[in-house]
Amino acid sequence: MLTILFDGVAYGMLLFILAVGLCVTLGLMNFVNLAHGAFAMAGGYLTVIMMNRMGISFWWCLPAAFIFSALLGAFLERTLYRRLYDKSHLDQVLFSIGLIFMSMAAVDYFMGATQQIVNLPPYLTGRIEIFGAQVGVYRLFVIAVCGVLAIGLQFIIARTRFGSQLRASVDDGRVARGLGIDVTRIFSLTFAVGSGLAGLGGALGASILSMDPFFPLKYMIYFLIVIAVGGATTITGPFFASLLLGIADVGGKYFVPVIGGFIIYTIMVAVLIFRPEGLFTRGKRR
Amino acid sequence: MSVVDKDAAAPAAASASPAAPAAKQSPSWRLLLDAKWRWYEFAFWLCAAASFWVFPRKLMLLSEIFILGLLALSIDLVLGFAGLVTLGQGAFFGIGAYAAGLMAQAGMGAAPLSDPLLGLLVAGLVAGLVGFATSFLVLRGSDLTRLMVTLGVALIVEELIVKFKDITGGSDGLQGVLSSPVLGLWSFDLFGYTAFWYSLTVTFVIFLFCRRLIHSNYGLSLLAIKGNPLRARTIGMPVNARLVSIYTIAAAIAGVSGGLLTQTTQFASPDMAAFHRSADALLILIFGGAGYLYGGLLGAVAFRVMQDFLGNITPQYWLFYVGLVLVLLVLFVRGGIIGLMMAMRDKISPRDDKDAGGRQ
Repeated sequence: MLTILFDGVAYGMLLFILAVGLCVTLGLMNFVNLAHGAFAMAGGYLTVIMMNRMGISFWWCLPAAFIFSALLGAFLERTLYRRLYDKSHLDQVLFSIGLIFMSMAAVDYFMGATQQIVNLPPYLTGRIEIFGAQVGVYRLFVIAVCGVLAIGLQFIIARTRFGSQLRASVDDGRVARGLGIDVTRIFSLTFAVGSGLAGLGGALGASILSMDPFFPLKYMIYFLIVIAVGGATTITGPFFASLLLGIADVGGKYFVPVIGGFIIYTIMVAVLIFRPEGLFTRGKRR
Repeated sequence: MSVVDKDAAAPAAASASPAAPAAKQSPSWRLLLDAKWRWYEFAFWLCAAASFWVFPRKLMLLSEIFILGLLALSIDLVLGFAGLVTLGQGAFFGIGAYAAGLMAQAGMGAAPLSDPLLGLLVAGLVAGLVGFATSFLVLRGSDLTRLMVTLGVALIVEELIVKFKDITGGSDGLQGVLSSPVLGLWSFDLFGYTAFWYSLTVTFVIFLFCRRLIHSNYGLSLLAIKGNPLRARTIGMPVNARLVSIYTIAAAIAGVSGGLLTQTTQFASPDMAAFHRSADALLILIFGGAGYLYGGLLGAVAFRVMQDFLGNITPQYWLFYVGLVLVLLVLFVRGGIIGLMMAMRDKISPRDDKDAGGRQ
C-alpha cells in the first residue's frame, strides 16, 4: 500500500518536471505547445545514447539532457515558435501536432521503433525499506531531484528579479515592455528552461516511463491533464495536480485495472467543465 | 467556389455583385444566387464518379477517400463554419463505426437488421445523440478548453470501446461485419464495386445536405457566430442553440462516415476513435482548406494520394512528411489547397469583386 503511494508520488513528481515547462508556455505565454513531449523525448533519447552507446556516466547525462533540450527549445523558439505567438490556438495546435509527427518519425528513423532500456548504475537500483514499505532507490532519487527542482522553481518565480519580470511580462506584456523589461528575451529564456526541464524529466524518466517514438503522443494527454487540473498560472497548482494524477494513475492501474485510464480522462473533462481555470487556481482571471 | 458565396454573405463584403446594384438585393436573393451550382462543382463530382473507370484497381482506396472526406466535411461544419475548435471528431466516427457494425452483426448479415442504410441511419442517430449530449461541454470556456474537452471525450470513448469487450470485442475490434445487399440489390463484393458507388452516393447526398445548410439563413447565422459571438447574440441570435445544433449535426455526419467505413471494410476497431483519427481528419481539412465546402473532400484526395505515394517511398517514415507539410501549411499557406487555388486565380485574373479570399 505504502509502496504504491510512494511509486505514485515518484511518478507524479516526474510528471511535474515534464509538464512544468508546458505550464509556463501555456499559462504564461498563452501558447499551446502540444509538442512539449518531443523535448522530453529528446532528453530521454540523449540519455539512452550517451549511456548505452558511449558508456557515459548517468550523472553527466542529466545535465546534458537538460542543456541539449534547452538548446533545442531555444533554437526552435527562435526559428519557428516565435512566428506563431500571435496566431490562433488552432494554428498552434496544428503546428505542434506537425512537430510531434516529425519528431516521432525522426526518432523512429534514427533509433528504431522499439522501446529503449536504460541500464541504471547499480547503486541506484534495488529497494530499501522505509517505514515498513519497500521503496525503490531510484524512485527515492527521482523524488529528491524533482522535489529540489520544484522548490527551486517556486523560489525563482516568487523571489528573484527574473521571476518578477516573468510574472510582469505575463500579466501584461505591453506594460512590462513599457517598463523596460525585455519581454521577448524573457519568453525565449523561459521557453528554453521549460524545454530543458522536460528534457531532464525525460532523462530521469527514461527507465520508468517507456521511451519509444510514441512518447510525445502518449504523454501529451497527461501533460494536458496536469494543466487542466492544476491550472496554468502558478507552479504549486500543477505540482499538486501532478502528484494527484501520479497517485491516481498508479493506484488506479493497481487496484482497478479494468477502468484504468478511464478515471483520469473523466476527471479531466469534469474539472474542465466545472472549473475551467483549474482546480487549484484562486479564480483570478486575466 | 463556395467561399465566394460565404464571404459575400457577410455584410461587409456584400457590396460586390455582377448583376444589380447591391442596395436593391434582399438577403434571400443573394442566398439564391450564391447557392447556384458552378461548373467546377459539376466537374468535381463527375471526376469523382469517373475515377471508377480510371482507377478500377483502387476502388477500396477511393471509397476510403470519400469516407475521409465526409469526416473532414463534418469537422468543417463545426470548425470552418461555426468556428468551434475540436480535436475529438474521431469519437463520433468511432461510435458510428461500432453502431453500424453492431447492427450488422445483430442481423447476422440478413435483411432487416443488417440493412446497410438502416445501419447508417442508426450510426448517425447514435453519434448524433452523443454529440448532442456532449455539445453542451463545448459551449463553455476558451478554444483551449474546447480542445481539451473534445480530446478528453474522444479518449473516453476509445477507452470505453476497449473496455466493454463483451459488446465491442475489445482491442480486437469487430471482425467480419457482414451487411445485407444495399437496397436488397447490390451486395458488397471483394473488389469494392458496391463499396465505391455506395460511399460515393452517401457522401454526395450528405454533401448536398451540407451545401443546402450552408446556403441558408441558418448557415449565415453560423458564420455570424464565428465572426463574433457577442455581436451575434446582441442582434438576437440564439448562439448556444445554433452551436448545439451544428455540433450535433456534425457528430451525426461523422457517425455516418464511421458507419460507412465499417460497412465497406467489414471491420471496426477501437483505432477508429483514436486520437490520430481525429488529428488526421483535422489535418485533411486543413490540407484542403477549412471554411470551404470542398475543403475536406479535396484534402482527403490530396492526403490519401500523398500517403500512398510516400508510403511507397518510405513506408515507415511518411509521418515525417505529413508533419512537415502541416508545419509549412501553418507557417506559410493560408486556407490549404483551395486557398492556394483562390490566390492563383486572383493572380491570373484579378477581379474587382473578389472578396477576402484568405479566410480561414
